[in-house]
Amino acid sequence: MTAPRFGLGKDLIGLETLSGDQIRGILDTAEPFKEISERAIKKVPVLRGKTIVNLFFEASTRTRVSFEFAEKRLSADTVNIASTGSSVSKGETLVDTARNLEAMRIDMVVIRHGSSGAARFLAERIPSNVVNAGDGRHEHPTQGLLDMLTIRDRLGKLDGVRVCIVGDVLHSRVARSNIWGLTRMGAEVAVCGPRTLLPNGIEELGVRVFPRIEEAIEWADVLNVLRLQLERMQAGYVPSLREYNRVFGVSSERLERAPRDILILHPGPMNRGVEIDSDVADGPHSVILNQVTNGVAVRMAVLFLLAGGEPERAEAAKGGE
Amino acid sequence: MMSGLGRGASGVGAGGSGGRPGSDDGRPVLLRGGRVIDPASGVDRVADVLLVDGRVEAVDTGIAGPDDSEVIDCGGLVVAPGLVDVHVHLREPGGEHKETIASGSAAAVAGGFTTVCAMPNTDPPIDDPAAVGFVAAEGLRAGLARVHPVGAISVSMAGERLTEVGEMVDAGAVGITDDGRPVSDAGLMRLALEYARTFDIPVAAHCEVLSLSRGGSMNEGVVSTRLGVMGIPNVAEDAMIARDLLLAQHTGARLHIQHVSTCDGVHMIRMAKEAGVRVTAEATPHHLILTDEAVDGYRTDAKMNPPLRSERDREGVRGGLADGTLDTLATDHAPHHYDEKEQAFEDAPFGIVGLETALGLMLTELVAKGEIDLRTLIERMSAGPARAFGLDAGTLRRGAPGDVTIIDPALEWTVEPKRFRSRSRNTPFGGWKLTGRAVRTIVGARTVWSLES
Repeated sequence: MTAPRFGLGKDLIGLETLSGDQIRGILDTAEPFKEISERAIKKVPVLRGKTIVNLFFEASTRTRVSFEFAEKRLSADTVNIASTGSSVSKGETLVDTARNLEAMRIDMVVIRHGSSGAARFLAERIPSNVVNAGDGRHEHPTQGLLDMLTIRDRLGKLDGVRVCIVGDVLHSRVARSNIWGLTRMGAEVAVCGPRTLLPNGIEELGVRVFPRIEEAIEWADVLNVLRLQLERMQAGYVPSLREYNRVFGVSSERLERAPRDILILHPGPMNRGVEIDSDVADGPHSVILNQVTNGVAVRMAVLFLLAGGEPERAEAAKGGE
Repeated sequence: MMSGLGRGASGVGAGGSGGRPGSDDGRPVLLRGGRVIDPASGVDRVADVLLVDGRVEAVDTGIAGPDDSEVIDCGGLVVAPGLVDVHVHLREPGGEHKETIASGSAAAVAGGFTTVCAMPNTDPPIDDPAAVGFVAAEGLRAGLARVHPVGAISVSMAGERLTEVGEMVDAGAVGITDDGRPVSDAGLMRLALEYARTFDIPVAAHCEVLSLSRGGSMNEGVVSTRLGVMGIPNVAEDAMIARDLLLAQHTGARLHIQHVSTCDGVHMIRMAKEAGVRVTAEATPHHLILTDEAVDGYRTDAKMNPPLRSERDREGVRGGLADGTLDTLATDHAPHHYDEKEQAFEDAPFGIVGLETALGLMLTELVAKGEIDLRTLIERMSAGPARAFGLDAGTLRRGAPGDVTIIDPALEWTVEPKRFRSRSRNTPFGGWKLTGRAVRTIVGARTVWSLES
């Protein structure tokens, strides 16, 4: 079988600009990589000799560790740079960091930054591959990909699947990557939350809006429940966490009234008892830990492909070829 | 110091080329055979313009002129009153890495502007008569465009108490504004309007409800949603325009609304004018030409406040400029050092430069495309702004200051930011191919810039 040549380009900045074939290629590439993490010796020499810098301008445990495992299991040499709250303004740091990285001839940069557009900013200034690990409220493409992989694992497809993103869509890069990726793969996408947390013009991205969680549950096959940051309440977007839980919280009582089983995703970290109740998070329909596992495989796939690999070679590559 | 000089007198002082260090010998100037467009006096015909002793002596056909006249052939060119920009940021004092009064003046005359009004949001702000005097003096020392200081409304632009407006006026201030930091306290704005009325100067308002725009970096709409950038909604501007129009109506004072970017803002100003409110208003080239689509790709050179809006808003602003609801084109020339713009979008400062591109952009994008006619454009860039700020400028009537902008409407050129006279290059129009520009700028009957030089 000869697949069309698969080009991801130099960088992965977001899912908005990816084609269905590109997304499918990444997900298909992730499949064989899943197995590596199940081995006793979790390492293949795919990226041996490559240097990768994990550049985290924002605190992150889950995403950073996931990337680091992905890199190490592919045998890359990695360096972590965490730069939060430096006295220099973020942008100046970014320009100078870019120049320094360029001077050190590193192969790839994984960047997490608090400003939307920061990953693209870096990608336009250095020849290395850049992977966006979350930029402001813009995109978090590997999260979107691992969400899609997890849904596909369970439901066997993405086309026609109804996914509702619940919560703080306004400030969420996860929501945007989900919307672009899922709609591109033929899923139906909705958002649900208080209007204060839904951006103006969200319908124009091709999603429907459910004001109430009950309606969303009535409609959806999948709920992707977003974290409600405490500071949103402090900023007045929602009057109280209590009310948020009572009105928008995903509870087992609400899910029991659903016409079908609903798959529950959450990008983490969870606020148990706020956007999601513990019995839902720990319940039979929760795939939250599968997401974490899939995160490593998807990131391995992305790194492999950006380094010049092709989807059909992933199976061979993991054998050490 | 300069007390006793009224605004008009200070304007003359700034312009009378005789007193200017390094000025020419003061020979009469005869501009021969151009298409003279002076909307204020209703002139639009091929004629000669004679400038004597720094002033307009005559506009007529077949002027002979004194024997020692410097004769400048203007055949095929447009001879217009010197252009006026009532909204520029010259950054001095405190922001000299972005611009100085001298470099900003050089940019002004290279763009065809003979008069500019300098905003007070410097560091420290222009909020007392000494600071006003400094800006006026530096403008004179630069010896290029006439630089009129605009004083702050509130001390330190903190929005709390009024500056010494009367003394600033006597020192040469032509208006007051807290541009960039809107006056949130409606009571203070009322006092500012009432107090300014004493001196018959306009209060220039940057209309923005901060609690509605806070955290925003671009227009709120589908593009901001796509980019994940917090938005500034139209209502942040419209609500403040409404407030200030009502305060102007209540006080009977002169209100000048800066850089109107919304369709509904234009509509409200139109209604207020019909109701007799003494309001004037600005449109900028960027709001007339671009929409928020220009921000795509996180282009910090398309980041300004108020932000680029929707197509509907752009059409509304165009309509306002065409029918005179918006009296004046103003650039809101806002230089920033490239280090400051070379950042992630939300970290970069607001503002773009405009002095050296405004005329060419308007000729190319509005006049050539039939949105407004040349005569209307010149009115909005000369008599309109002069009227809004009560400046002795903007016309070629006999006795007016000898400020003239000579325009080649057919000259094709490309915007090359690296060749700007401004110290900054933050423009979204780099590389644009334009048709028409100023080729000679004359202030007080003295050529201060020409394309050949």
